[in-house]
Amino acid sequence: MTKLKDWLVAGGVLLVGRRRRERRPERQRIVAAGAPNRRAENVLLLLFFGVTLAAAAFIAVYALDRLSNQTQWLGLALGGSFCLLAAACFVIAKHLVVSEELAEPYPERESPAAQGEVEQIVHESGSRFTRKRLVTLAGSGALGALGLAALVPAASLGPVLDTDSLYTTPWRKGRRLVDEAGKPFVAGDVREQTFYTAYPEGGDRELIGAPLVVVRLPLEEITEPRRSWAPHGIVAYSKICTHAGCAIALYRTPTFAPTQPRPALVCPCHYSTFDPADAGKVIFGPAGRALPQLPLLVDREGELRAAGNFSGPVGPSWWGVRMGKARS
Amino acid sequence: MKAVFAGLLVLALLVPVAARAGSSPPHVGIVTGAGAHGNGLEELGASLFAANCSSCHGALGQGVAKPTRGAGGVVGQGPPLRNVGALAADFYLRTGYMPLKDPRVQPSRSRVLFTDRQIRALVAYVASLGHGPAIPQPQPQLGSIAAGQKLFTQSCAGCHQIATEGGYVTGARVPPLEDASARQIAQAVRIGPYVMPKFSSTQISATQLNDLIAYVQYAKHPDDRGGWSIGRLGPWPEGLVTWLIAIGALVCVCLLFGKRLRS
Amino acid sequence: MIRAAVRFIDQRSGTAPFIKKTLRYIFPDHWSFLLGEVALYCFMLLVATGVYLTFFFDDSVSQTTYHGPYKPLDGATMSHAYQSVLHISFSTKAGLLMRQTHHWAANVFVAAIALHLLRVFFTGAFRKPRDLTYLIGIGMLTLALLEGYLGYSLADDLLSGMGLAIGYSVAMSIPFVGANFATLIWGGPFPGSSSFWPRMFIAHVLIFPILIALLLTIHLVLVASRHHTQFKASKRETERQVVGVPAFPGQAPRSLGLMFAVFGVLFLLGGLVQINPIWLWGPYHVGDATNGAQPDWYLGWLIGALRLVPSWDFTVGSYTVVPNPFWGGVLFPTIVFGIVALWPFLERRVTGDVAFHNLLDRPRDNPWRTALGMALLTWVFLTFMAGSADRVDVLFGIPYSRQIWIYRVIVWVGPLVVGAIAKRVCEELLRGEQAHAVRRAAIAEARLIER
Repeated sequence: MTKLKDWLVAGGVLLVGRRRRERRPERQRIVAAGAPNRRAENVLLLLFFGVTLAAAAFIAVYALDRLSNQTQWLGLALGGSFCLLAAACFVIAKHLVVSEELAEPYPERESPAAQGEVEQIVHESGSRFTRKRLVTLAGSGALGALGLAALVPAASLGPVLDTDSLYTTPWRKGRRLVDEAGKPFVAGDVREQTFYTAYPEGGDRELIGAPLVVVRLPLEEITEPRRSWAPHGIVAYSKICTHAGCAIALYRTPTFAPTQPRPALVCPCHYSTFDPADAGKVIFGPAGRALPQLPLLVDREGELRAAGNFSGPVGPSWWGVRMGKARS
Repeated sequence: MKAVFAGLLVLALLVPVAARAGSSPPHVGIVTGAGAHGNGLEELGASLFAANCSSCHGALGQGVAKPTRGAGGVVGQGPPLRNVGALAADFYLRTGYMPLKDPRVQPSRSRVLFTDRQIRALVAYVASLGHGPAIPQPQPQLGSIAAGQKLFTQSCAGCHQIATEGGYVTGARVPPLEDASARQIAQAVRIGPYVMPKFSSTQISATQLNDLIAYVQYAKHPDDRGGWSIGRLGPWPEGLVTWLIAIGALVCVCLLFGKRLRS
Repeated sequence: MIRAAVRFIDQRSGTAPFIKKTLRYIFPDHWSFLLGEVALYCFMLLVATGVYLTFFFDDSVSQTTYHGPYKPLDGATMSHAYQSVLHISFSTKAGLLMRQTHHWAANVFVAAIALHLLRVFFTGAFRKPRDLTYLIGIGMLTLALLEGYLGYSLADDLLSGMGLAIGYSVAMSIPFVGANFATLIWGGPFPGSSSFWPRMFIAHVLIFPILIALLLTIHLVLVASRHHTQFKASKRETERQVVGVPAFPGQAPRSLGLMFAVFGVLFLLGGLVQINPIWLWGPYHVGDATNGAQPDWYLGWLIGALRLVPSWDFTVGSYTVVPNPFWGGVLFPTIVFGIVALWPFLERRVTGDVAFHNLLDRPRDNPWRTALGMALLTWVFLTFMAGSADRVDVLFGIPYSRQIWIYRVIVWVGPLVVGAIAKRVCEELLRGEQAHAVRRAAIAEARLIER
């Protein structure tokens, strides 16, 4: 029995002896020593446990399909675990590492010697050139031209030189007005004190020249010379604001004119306000250009059609916006 | 220099006060006339109308075109009510839009001072003034929210905001729709109160109206699966949360982790 | 074990001396020095959550009809891009959490940069030799603004679509070349060609992040190599000696803790506070608009500027030289960023101070800089507030048109007033300190005499 015990002890000593830590040679401390703080350590352990729980909760919530408010629980779990981890780091920073305040010199401002050597190297390397300035000039010109050439394909991104397409709209004389569902507008059905959105029949609706806002006003309120553009007092304007391109989706129309503001088309982005009775003139807001108006006519079936193209190009202003007409 | 500063400061303080004074909601009360008890509905309505509405809408609902100063210094001016029908009267009274103290001010939803019987009386009286539409009976439960969403985007979102939170149009405030009942939505669509457009049944049919109301009702409690909805106004409240909550919290964390300047 | 790991690395890279130096690198200690780190951690989270989102986002703007789980949009026509964001929000587990965290992180990222910039500016940390570091920081701020704008526009929802139209109009408003520039970027007139969306996508997920990461690396290397500036808190801090906490073990848990706190706050927000619920806005169409559309907060100063400029296209004959959006959308931010970017050089030129500075000023120590900085900040801030005037009308009843007129005046008067007040406050504080020091010396002398 004792023989067995001896062998066991010998084996243990051998194993433990092997793993025994190397004795560090005595050397000066780099990091100052600090007093232990078991309480803080316990708090830290608790926090780590909390992080683990929260992370596990995240996995559990993720796996649970039937749990409602998934996003909230997931956020709480993941965010919570990070916050607890942050708290753990705080405990370490404040209570479990030494507060050292050290000083050291700022680095050298500059190294004139090395600067000088660099200059010398470059200068001496050019000793075989006889016409430095000419070579430099030629080289810069060459690289510059090549650089320019390399940039040129960027022009393929868009019609950078041709801005003619900005004048084009999908409207032309005779084009029928249709609503969202594709139904034509019957002039007799267009009422006052409301607004309609119209699109060109068969045209692409996602062009800024496409959508119209259509309202009806008493004919006598519409100023000349646009009265001929408004059969039965029905006027149509581009729905795209001439300031910054938002859709003019607001129509202000008074129930009782004496005490309420007069009819106006308003843009919700910066509140540019246009007068539908006066050629779309700007009566408030930053737009710098009147709203383009589309002349209308009523065809034999009593339906509304365009009588031409807009009074001017649609959409926001650019260099040439007053230099050309709207075209089909 | 000091005087200029003082003057600017005074100005800065006065301006919002003046602005506020001009736009505060009117303080209203109602008058119950002598014929308030034991009479038929229309007679009650007539006496209430005479006491509370006629100064702006005329003794026979014919309207008052030019501002007219009446008894007690009350300035009256208002549209005719001849053919507005029960639909309009019911809407304006049940939302508290009417009575309106100052005809130049925008009506807004306020506490209803009339009792239910008084409202029914006034509605009956106004309806009797002409041949206007009756109180609508919408059926939003038959409506399609998806169709309503599309219609709302085209016809209403420009003013009322896509999540029905209300907004602004030049010269008027647009109310949010969270307190609007199905009936009131149907009424407002047909009336176009204040500067709102008026959508007739040829433009928005009864079926479409059901769709629209279904969407508005949905928008009162929409899918907010992202968490606290913070008003459904988009970047405006999101910016407030960024600065007040997130940056506030993180600056506190920086204060915790960093050391203050000891001076 | 640590010995073995370090040995492994040193044998293969020769970096043990560098690691040792890094571990004991000194961090001057002040809470406001951590603001830049907050921005850094936001960026890290943006990249992490952003990568996740790229695995699900479809950058195609071609139209489709929706028949997914969100019933109120059933049958709606929308782009594939918008549909993929709906898919992330409704059908991808943790998708909405990642999306919302990503968006909150973007907002907080720019806010943290702004605070960091304010700290750097008002303490004079941008002075030589850190003017290049500062310039790189301004570059990152510009990129961050654009990157955020591109990011939230990718979803193609009603709000951001309106914002893109405005961006296009601002580009168009650049004198002479605006239309060429705008049609170049968009591939044609608005809404642009079918390659515009992939173009925007690749800019947002590849080009801008790489640029920001590159600038960030240079920025951090410069900060480390020139060392961080410090406040003069005692005799130990001088222009030649930096005092602070070593990276390890002192600063590391702090920085790590801050990082985890940033992640924690952002994920909490991402799960608990809804941001950009695009399903409520609906898809963008050229003919649709909603009231109350706003850009994300960091572009609020631009919507304010656009709303304040009076109705005016500057024309010469039939040439529209300066379309209206130029003033508020291009000139205003150019001036602001120009002043901010050139400030170190302007200050050097005006004050003649070309020396190296490692010690920071307190704001009061440089009344002119503080006053001018506050004036510029006031100019931007009041313009930003003007962008909320419609909401203020709705909430408080102050008429919008009246507010616009008031803002048009105070946006110019306010900066002068605030600047003057700031300068005065700084000077008074300094005078007070001097008086305090004189008083202390007098008391000490009196005590000495008493003895």
